[in-house]
Amino acid sequence: MTTPTLDPVTFAILTGRLEQIADEMDATLYRSAFNPIIAEARDACHGLYHATTGATLVQGQRGLPIFVGAMAFAVKSVIDKVGPDGAEDGDTFIFNDPYAGGTHLNDFRLVRPLMRGGKLFAWLASVGHWLDIGGNVPGGYNPQAVESFQEGVLIPPVKLFRKGVIQQDIVDILQANTRVPRSNWGDLNGQLNALDLGEKRFHALIDEYGDGVVEAALEAASARAEALMRANIAALPDGVYSFEDYLDNDGIVDEKLTIALDLTIAGETMVLDFSRSSPACKGPVNIAKSTAVAACYVALKHVFTEVPANAGCLRPITFEISETSFLGVSAPRPVAGYTETILRMIGVVFGALAKADPSRATAAPFGTINALSVAGHRSNGERWVLFSFFGGGLGGNPASDGLNHANNPISTATMPPAEILEASYPVMFTEWGLRPESAGAGAHRGGFGAVYALEVLSEGGADVSLLGERGRYAPFGVAGGAPGALNLFHWETDDGLKSPAMASKVTGVKLTQGQEIRLQSPGGGGWGDARTRAPEAVARDVVRGLLSPETARQDYAVIVDASGLVDTKATAALRAGEAA
Amino acid sequence: MTKLSTLVGVDVGGTFTDLAFFDEKTRAFRTAKVPSNRGDEAVGFIEGLKRLDAIANLGAIVHGTTVGTNALLERKGAKIGIITTPGFRDTLEMRRRDRPNTWGLWGDFEPIASREFRLEVPERTLADGTIRVAVQKADIEAACAKLIAMGAEALAIGFINAYANPANERAALEAARAVWPNAHVSASHELLPEIREFERTSTIALNAYLQPVVASYLGKLEDALAGDGFAGSFHIVQSNGGVMSTANARKFPVRTALSGPAAGVIAAAAIGRAAGYEDIVTADLGGTSFDVSLVAGGEAALAAQTTIDFGMVVRTPMIEITTIGAGGGSIAHVDKGGLLAVGPESAGSRPGPVAYAQGNTRPTLTDANIVLGRINAEKPIGGKLARLDVEAARAAIDAHIGEPLGLSPEAAAEAIIRVANAKMAGAIRLVSIERGHDPTKFTAVPFGGGGALHVGALIKDVGLKSALVPRYPGITSALGCIIADIRHDEVATVNLMLDGLDAASLAARMAETGEKARAIVAAASLQVERIDVVFELDMHYQGQTHTVGVPLPVTLEAGKVSLSEAVVRAAFETAYAKAFSRLLPGIPVKIVNLRTAAIGRRPAFDLAALAPAADASIETAARGYRKVWFDGGWHEAAIYDRLALPIDAKITGPAILEQADATIVLDPGLGARVDRFGNLIVERL
Repeated sequence: MTTPTLDPVTFAILTGRLEQIADEMDATLYRSAFNPIIAEARDACHGLYHATTGATLVQGQRGLPIFVGAMAFAVKSVIDKVGPDGAEDGDTFIFNDPYAGGTHLNDFRLVRPLMRGGKLFAWLASVGHWLDIGGNVPGGYNPQAVESFQEGVLIPPVKLFRKGVIQQDIVDILQANTRVPRSNWGDLNGQLNALDLGEKRFHALIDEYGDGVVEAALEAASARAEALMRANIAALPDGVYSFEDYLDNDGIVDEKLTIALDLTIAGETMVLDFSRSSPACKGPVNIAKSTAVAACYVALKHVFTEVPANAGCLRPITFEISETSFLGVSAPRPVAGYTETILRMIGVVFGALAKADPSRATAAPFGTINALSVAGHRSNGERWVLFSFFGGGLGGNPASDGLNHANNPISTATMPPAEILEASYPVMFTEWGLRPESAGAGAHRGGFGAVYALEVLSEGGADVSLLGERGRYAPFGVAGGAPGALNLFHWETDDGLKSPAMASKVTGVKLTQGQEIRLQSPGGGGWGDARTRAPEAVARDVVRGLLSPETARQDYAVIVDASGLVDTKATAALRAGEAA
Repeated sequence: MTKLSTLVGVDVGGTFTDLAFFDEKTRAFRTAKVPSNRGDEAVGFIEGLKRLDAIANLGAIVHGTTVGTNALLERKGAKIGIITTPGFRDTLEMRRRDRPNTWGLWGDFEPIASREFRLEVPERTLADGTIRVAVQKADIEAACAKLIAMGAEALAIGFINAYANPANERAALEAARAVWPNAHVSASHELLPEIREFERTSTIALNAYLQPVVASYLGKLEDALAGDGFAGSFHIVQSNGGVMSTANARKFPVRTALSGPAAGVIAAAAIGRAAGYEDIVTADLGGTSFDVSLVAGGEAALAAQTTIDFGMVVRTPMIEITTIGAGGGSIAHVDKGGLLAVGPESAGSRPGPVAYAQGNTRPTLTDANIVLGRINAEKPIGGKLARLDVEAARAAIDAHIGEPLGLSPEAAAEAIIRVANAKMAGAIRLVSIERGHDPTKFTAVPFGGGGALHVGALIKDVGLKSALVPRYPGITSALGCIIADIRHDEVATVNLMLDGLDAASLAARMAETGEKARAIVAAASLQVERIDVVFELDMHYQGQTHTVGVPLPVTLEAGKVSLSEAVVRAAFETAYAKAFSRLLPGIPVKIVNLRTAAIGRRPAFDLAALAPAADASIETAARGYRKVWFDGGWHEAAIYDRLALPIDAKITGPAILEQADATIVLDPGLGARVDRFGNLIVERL
């Protein structure tokens, strides 16, 4: 085929139009999905992938950031399985194998060939988080899993559709292995809606511009992402920047796990070396190497925001991730808690980059998803499972204080409203607000975390499990900023309040009707020296009831009363004294 | 003496106040344009009216306002207090746990009510409507006293689960009204008895935030009108495209958030309908943004909510307007990766394009149009500047775009326009293809000053059938005020299963709500031909959280609605199949919300009143030729005085049609004709 020339204007136009199709696929699934983790939390992603390498060509702007990095590996695993000519028009593959370009078992991938004139042009893919896929704990987040078999059922890449015909046997197997067959069936159909739409739209666009022009535009988009990433790396001073942070434990063995990064900048290339990290662990916070790479991608994209979301941006970067470390495991090491590990990895990349370029330094975000499941039976015997993720504070940064009560960097998830949860499950929230005193102090402080407390209304009580982190190692500050508050979880018992032995991981908590649980999420780390923060800004937090006058004095060296009145003279004296 | 038949539409924009006058009896139609007076809009408003007729003679005034929009965007609303349920003081600030950008973690959020102005009082309603803790009058009085002492000017009451049972909110409202020093007190169930506490609280809080601002604005206008002897009726256009009384506007000012733009869409729809185009896409190109809206089958699409800014959600039915950051002032640049981009950064109207010579040196979309001869540099729109600096614009384009991309200044200018056109085309695709409409059946209706510059390209890019440029694009919103129906919307969360639906009971509820809405519309003192009551249900398969809007083929007749489970099911399946490719048989279906709208249909406005004079001719309209750049080269384009063209005049591109407040670019390969209303219909040759 002759390569058609691609003028800069057509390239600019096609870039926008291709992204628009992926966006539209995302929107279709959000609107038609059944489970709130997709519909509200947008735990899904869609895009177009390279025919032979699986590399990401186009991805939606609203897709879950972590999938943007991981999907290429997923498509590659289909290519590896079926070979270059193994797919036919009308085929659709389905799988959730976390070791083959997956993340954890809940994330179901659908991969469909986009055929042009009988030949494979590219792959379309959809991924979405299904509510439950069996395993020991409803929702899949089993903090005590030691093998993936305890986390749910694993489906390798298989053909759900053969030449347009659905393989009901596969659907039957899927339906038999979940506590919520209807929800999964609804989500599967939502993903198929998205693929149908994407297939139609991409064909129309390629018909309009011609196969060669679109191919050239896709190649140019990758080249552009690569060029932008190289330019960004080249702007950083050469050197090796090291940073480490820790996970509380793996849920089984109560020992900290280290994520250590040695980040090397050499010209316009970057090496991310995680070799000094802890070995594979027993509990479910291991991750596969593809997941680790995807996490680094997310971190870099949050720092270099203008680099487009395609595979080109990873070309200047080398990863050193050992297969013996807990960041590069294979089957059947448990991985359900992968989110905690990648959140810590992202923080570590921020920490190392902050050393390379203080002008972009971002303090640690709250760093845990707090996967909470509250389940029981209604008086009619029907099972209910409230499952949700919770927010916290983002890190202070050169531009602003950290955002209060935000989602995690790996997602753009919105949270279901309390009223939706109360209408769906027999619970009542007694608190759903900001958590005072939780923000890391700094010239720009971290964002405040949140307090969520709920009372069980159902007669039969409820079983509770939590998979969280940051119970022992707080979100760090940068450039002299202080860490945010630790994650806290408590439940009521007849003998008073209890908290998990493993800090933020627990299963099998039994509550009776009327008893409460209380989750307090971390705030973000602070940026810059807290003693340089404007006293009025400190006083404002005091007036708002988010900071006590005592903490204002201790952390910020500001003398302020409960009404917000600053003693300017005493503050100046205190600050001068401390500086001296 | 008041002539009941006379009606004036007034659209107050940032720069100009546009007015349209119509006498229903004599069919006289006049327009006026006067400078707006920011901060004291009444001055321009009254001045404009006086140009049309003695104010005492006017029968009715309908106003499209941006005072609410501006107060929201500029954060210049009132100091408000919020009273809420224990544990939920931070609802506004918790938001839905989102962040401003997908990529990048910087930026924070200030809610419109600071935390110390948000108070909790003992009370609790459960999700099933059970009152677990009744609210106490004394607690409300104490909270009010505290807020008043702190200087709160308006009060919003928002309790958890008030959608399921508003009893506690009602009691709190009564107690608060008794002690609050002004009328600015409202509760969430009054405006939005719908599930989702953040959206409901945000809406009622923004409403309170606007109440003092809008009330004072309307008060000033009413005083000024009364001073001039006005004795007619005065109405405000709502975001849903219908009009309401000023009393309702004071109570629920958040419903005016998109008042001005909604009026424009309503007028465009009416103009399209009259001219025989039921399926249109409106296109309004301003200084910083491009707004599009879809009208299918003559009806403007309504959205359930909009986000004014990060964390500021308004959930009331409103004309669905999609905005992208591509306006005349949008700045063109080449990024580090070599990609040409236009916007979102904008030079706005001040300092504006390079050619305005007001300090901006980076090229904008308008500069590209000037360099290519599309905009007449000697006769700038608006009449504020004497002429435009073409050379400065060309130099800026050359330096910032031409050199980096290796293009001549003209080719670079054309590239800017093509990229901007592609963005606008993308917005049109978004509202058409993404909603399941085929753009080849749609006609673009540009309004405002800039849309007509690009409309030809949009026909080609998106494959639209045609374009219709209204005779007076600049006064479309003012015209919409005259044309708009009276409308009142109600929404209520009902949570009913479709299987075994008690249709009679739902029908009774629909009839009751319908009667209430109809009474509000009937009370407005504007002439209507009839009042329609329409019902829509938000429905989904049980387990989904998003819903599809399901219009019901039933109406209110003699105070009754007749409904059956089968009718609802058929309507649901039709709507669902339209939205998605797969129905899900076997999964139970749920009715979440009931939406009711009462629409007072106004007498049809005869647009022929706008038609060109009988003695107009192409010869007198011709203004010679000018060099204009199209498709890689200069062309001799014919120039016309647009308003001087007669009915049935036919023009072939390349041509430029000029009028005081708009420029129409007719690309080569396009033809245009003037219809009997004076509209310009543009089609491919």
